[in-house]
Amino acid sequence: MGADTEDHMEVEDHKEVKVEAVPESRLVYDGFSPDYLRIYYGRLFPYAEMYKWLSYGHDGKHPGCDASIMGRREFSFTLEHDIYIRYLSFHDVSEMEATIKSKCPHKIDIGALYNVEPAKRTAYAGGSDRVFAPVERELVFDIDMTDYDDIRTCCSGADICLKCWPLMNIAIKILDTVLREDFGFEHLLWVYSGRRGVHCWVCDARARRLSNEARSAITRYLTLYKGNENTTKKVSLTGPALHPALSRAYEICRTYFEEHILPNQELLNSEGHFEKVLELVPDESVRAQMRDRWQDNRRASVAKDGISASRWKQLKQALESKKVTPSVRRSLEEIIFSYTYPRIDIEVSKHMNHLLKAPFCIHPKTGRVCVPIDPQDCDNFDPTNVPTLAQLLNELNAEGVKGGSECRGNLLLHSPAFCLPWPDCLA
Amino acid sequence: MEFRSKSSSVVAVKAYGGGAGKSKVSMYLVAPEADVAIEDFEQYALDRLHVLIAIEENRSRGKRAEDVEAAVMDLWRKHMRTVQSDDLLQKDVISHFVLRLVHCRTEELRRWFLEMETALFRIRFRMESPELQKAFIEEHKLPYKIISAAEFDGMKEKLAQVMRASGQGAGLVGETAFYKVPFEEVLDLVATRKVYIHQGHAYVPREQLVTIVANHFRSMLSQALVLTNRNWTAMFAAQEEDRLTPILEALSKRYLAPDYSKSASGSAVTLQELDGLAMRSFPLCMRHLYLKLQEDRHLRHGGRQQLGLFLKGIGLKLDDALAFWRGAFAPRMPAEKFDKEYAYNVRHNYGKEGKRTDYTPYSCMYIIMSSPGVGDHHGCPYRHFSPENLHAALSGMRLSPKSIDEVMEKTRGRHYQLACAATFEGAHSCQCDGINHPNQYFEQSRKFLKEQAEKATEMETDS
Repeated sequence: MGADTEDHMEVEDHKEVKVEAVPESRLVYDGFSPDYLRIYYGRLFPYAEMYKWLSYGHDGKHPGCDASIMGRREFSFTLEHDIYIRYLSFHDVSEMEATIKSKCPHKIDIGALYNVEPAKRTAYAGGSDRVFAPVERELVFDIDMTDYDDIRTCCSGADICLKCWPLMNIAIKILDTVLREDFGFEHLLWVYSGRRGVHCWVCDARARRLSNEARSAITRYLTLYKGNENTTKKVSLTGPALHPALSRAYEICRTYFEEHILPNQELLNSEGHFEKVLELVPDESVRAQMRDRWQDNRRASVAKDGISASRWKQLKQALESKKVTPSVRRSLEEIIFSYTYPRIDIEVSKHMNHLLKAPFCIHPKTGRVCVPIDPQDCDNFDPTNVPTLAQLLNELNAEGVKGGSECRGNLLLHSPAFCLPWPDCLA
Repeated sequence: MEFRSKSSSVVAVKAYGGGAGKSKVSMYLVAPEADVAIEDFEQYALDRLHVLIAIEENRSRGKRAEDVEAAVMDLWRKHMRTVQSDDLLQKDVISHFVLRLVHCRTEELRRWFLEMETALFRIRFRMESPELQKAFIEEHKLPYKIISAAEFDGMKEKLAQVMRASGQGAGLVGETAFYKVPFEEVLDLVATRKVYIHQGHAYVPREQLVTIVANHFRSMLSQALVLTNRNWTAMFAAQEEDRLTPILEALSKRYLAPDYSKSASGSAVTLQELDGLAMRSFPLCMRHLYLKLQEDRHLRHGGRQQLGLFLKGIGLKLDDALAFWRGAFAPRMPAEKFDKEYAYNVRHNYGKEGKRTDYTPYSCMYIIMSSPGVGDHHGCPYRHFSPENLHAALSGMRLSPKSIDEVMEKTRGRHYQLACAATFEGAHSCQCDGINHPNQYFEQSRKFLKEQAEKATEMETDS
């Protein structure tokens, strides 16, 4: 985030708070503080837009709308010192705004729409047909970079960089296509999680009403990668043909694999790396053949960037040859899928009552805003360049007393989808 | 559904809503409006139960699906026959609704009924012609549409690809008709990527449609069962305590008595043996009739039927039966009069006259439900006798006071068949779980006594 200049900030009572130039690691933490957060919630957090989204048109202004809807939506807050409060709900936007401003949560999660107000759930229970239960909930997906640690060589753990970020783009493209084309959903909101992943909110009425079984089925439709550190082959393709959804996904995967993943991760550069790839080839003679050639090539004058590419060409040739069995030919697709296909956290999507972080929160560890991503333009999204709390406050300062509208406009500009009217009104 | 007793022997069933379907298979959404004789009420249900139990047995034996289907359809045709063909649907629907009542009360009953009825529906629906299946879907407004030729052409490739991918062979695609259904209806196919999905619709071959409709049937029936339970408990349980509840309870035990139309042991019972058998192995109801017959030299119609069929069930041949009854009536009635007025009925019971139905001996349920009047001696003593009379009769059987008390207690609790079982235990000093049929009592008694005799001879030869 590279802010090594001094930042001046004006707080309401005109006290100046100085942020000094500090080493990278400390800056991250200092980029997030309750004071900064208070200002963010005070001036920048888009309450009206958030409320408009979640009420889906039932904002009490026309006949036939259900004014109770907002009051039955669960929110949860994580406060300072990791204090966690669940089953919060708000009757209207001013209550939501006032509560957030006063409590200043470090994280806000959005839960399901229940049959009664979450705050009144204990009064409701007792009686076999009166159970506190979720009625609607967006279909959500959470894609986390740590699930790809076994194939990342550039970073690991909580870190991300532009070399491994394309994995997220693959996931966004494939999921977006499947959800729109196969399942017919239209209102998708993609959000950067603030650190190392992305979330997807499917907001169509039909999606909100899906049962847990349906959510599980959709997730399994999207799942290809199974296994853990104990299994070698995690993508197993059987049958003489691929399902149309998979062959469509393959085109996306192949392109990204050859253009980004292969070179970025240097998958075939060194023995440690290429052995892992060769493990996925079920033919010892092919493996041996590749090993021989690559160990000899170590001293080749090919530029570093070209090594993986040229070796990949060789491997592909061997696998696509007519002399090998169908299962060996299949392994080409399996390799590509293993290194690119989306890895979804099924637990997040399966249950209606699962809570997920709200868009426009600030990530406590990075200070970055959880901004929406345009799936059509995701290749141009740079997670390392996402507005941070510190930057925003800076801009706010520079704007003077205009109230932060331009700044806020910038925030929301990241997400044309977020501002569209939701035609599901009264659905 | 509503029940009104027109008389104690007729149940009037009234439905809410209306509309009859054109197809032979029913979703049982609406009960028919009909007067149902109480014997039919039970009999129809029993017949259907035969079929459902057969489904369970066939499935548990691991038979192939085609074999199960063939066996079930066979049994369906056999058991659900009616005299007139337009009664067929009536019997189908009535029997379903009676069994629905029987199986709504506990989770276990509901689950069993749901499984078997869904399997039955599936088999019958699958046998229907494509036109009737289509009509069925339209009639019930299910959201499944057959795709047009143009649509099919557009997605033929993708459909074939899915078939190949899931190992089903692309050859099917040209021939099968495809239906467009909401993807929520085929979640297991979605989860395993065995179906082509586009814009929220899944495209399934006709074969698959059967499963979808069956699943729909299952969820409707599941909801209906819960409602039935609620309504029954709230509205009818109290007023039907004496009439329908015992029938429902018996049916829920799923006991399908062997017919006893032929004696199980195969060996005939001779006239000479009858007396000894009556004293030792007859259940109280039959013993009472037998004794009364000796005493009065006569029995009225109800008693003649109940005892007569029972005797047939234990193996008394027609000629012996005629001799028995003639002899029993003899002091009061000349043989010619007997032959003229009573012999016909005996022959009728043995299926030798008129309709030639081989009548089956009455089950306990049937006997309990009967209403003996003045001068009658049939019925179930545990139900129909006054406590004093019952006590006296049990003493006559030489039961110990302790046994008698047990029997009386069961009787007070209205557990007539358990009372009979307790009598059995008292008379034979061996365990008995419950009596569902007088002939069962007889056979169990014979078996036990035979074993006793064998053991006795063994011990004699040993010593």
